Amino acid sequence: MRNKLVTDWGSEWKPLAWVLAVFMGAFWLPIETPRFDGAVVEALALTKWYAREHVLLCLVPAFYIAGAISVFLNQQAVLRYLGPGAPKFVAYGVASVAGTVLAVCSCTVLPLFAGIYTTGAGLGPASAFLYSGPAISVLAIVLTASVLGLSLGVARAVGAILFAVVIGLLMHFFFRKDEEARIDAQELPEEDQEDGRSLGKHVVYFALMIGILLFANWGRPQVEEGLWYGIYHNRWIVTSLLGGGLGLVLVAWFGLSWTRFLMVGLPTAILAILIPGHPTLPFVAATVGLSLVTSTSEGELGDWFAASWGFAKQILPLLFIGILVAGFLLGRPGHEGLIPPDWISGAVGGNSVGANLFASVAGAFMYFATLTEVPILQGLMGSGMGTGPALALLLAGPALSLPSILVIRSVIGTRKTITFILLVAIMATTTGLIYGGIT
Amino acid sequence: MLNIEVLGPGCVRCETLEKHVRAAVEEMGIEAEVTKISEIKDIAARRVMMTPALAVDGQVVSSGHLLSVIQVKKLLEKGASPGS
Repeated sequence: MRNKLVTDWGSEWKPLAWVLAVFMGAFWLPIETPRFDGAVVEALALTKWYAREHVLLCLVPAFYIAGAISVFLNQQAVLRYLGPGAPKFVAYGVASVAGTVLAVCSCTVLPLFAGIYTTGAGLGPASAFLYSGPAISVLAIVLTASVLGLSLGVARAVGAILFAVVIGLLMHFFFRKDEEARIDAQELPEEDQEDGRSLGKHVVYFALMIGILLFANWGRPQVEEGLWYGIYHNRWIVTSLLGGGLGLVLVAWFGLSWTRFLMVGLPTAILAILIPGHPTLPFVAATVGLSLVTSTSEGELGDWFAASWGFAKQILPLLFIGILVAGFLLGRPGHEGLIPPDWISGAVGGNSVGANLFASVAGAFMYFATLTEVPILQGLMGSGMGTGPALALLLAGPALSLPSILVIRSVIGTRKTITFILLVAIMATTTGLIYGGIT
Repeated sequence: MLNIEVLGPGCVRCETLEKHVRAAVEEMGIEAEVTKISEIKDIAARRVMMTPALAVDGQVVSSGHLLSVIQVKKLLEKGASPGS
């Protein structure tokens, strides 16, 4: 009568394995070695640096902009240019820049790719979109420019857009026979989208938000005179004017009530006047206020907050883990993490073809959660990675990963997938070589 | 019996929409089968580009929006009416 054992090892082996793994990890935890201790400190230090320098003024406004893009911009209008009826040269152009509007969240990229390929403008534009989309989403550009410098941020965007068109055209050229045999396309179903506001109003609204983001983060120039320093010196005055302007726009065109406008505006203004030395305080007050009045509003404003908050909730935890891991393994620039910097500079230092190729191939297979490529890149560059290979990794990294390769293969087949991977590796290497050569 | 499909790969927004749809179905007390379509190929076959998307009885009624429970209810009321 012992057919039922007291302990059922058939199902209990899993927790036991966990217990053993944690126990052995703790038993041999290398906390005495200086390299490990240093790496732990580096992980925490890097996280602190991000929290101080990049979350409030940079990521928070960027989340609001990303939310606004997904709520207020008519994405259907963009998709029409990627449909089967669109003129081909228009489709390539739109596909290579559409990422700014459509790829707000990394999980939207693959369905869009599959959609453009099977029912839309075809393999060429779909490949162009897949290459540039993740690199030029608003959040990716903002964080790259803010952490890694404006030059690399711009190079990433420009490189992604230019070479997306090249990759798209080449894919189309290589597989032009298959293209003709593709399933007969059909126009996209029109979705009714009522939108009362004119394009001009949206332009003003987005320009104000982008202005706030730009001026609040205006970097201190080297020399203390001239136009750039003048802007730097007065950046908070400009930022508050833009913030006030955004408030008025919300009242005038988005149905925000004057009471709510004053509920946010007055505390912000009082803080700014009473404590002029700490501009972050009124900025926080304005952000908290904006979140309160939008989250308690019905309709568009409520949707805007919900979308922005959704992005923040989805991206921040992954970014936090990414920063901890990057700090632990690679350390801050000028400090050492777990991996010795010699290894990094040996593999991807300088600007040789080998270094660029290694960076793009590694990037093509590695998986980066949304935005985590930035802290990882920062760690690598701090450990001696050249600017060229850095750009190569930034381009190939988010565009492809082993999991996404498998999904792509299920959509377009093995031959096309391998060709695409090769093209991505070649193009990212080329872009890296060019950028590394001129910087 | 409504056939409701939530279309989207395994991302947070899509999973949230599925939760909202299930909540809406329960609150309305209608008979419906909710399925989650995660295969990119199947999503593309329904001509959906922006995820998360929602299809009722094979008809795509929303795409690219994370609908709230109230919005889902409104859409389902339209779809549940006879003769649609």
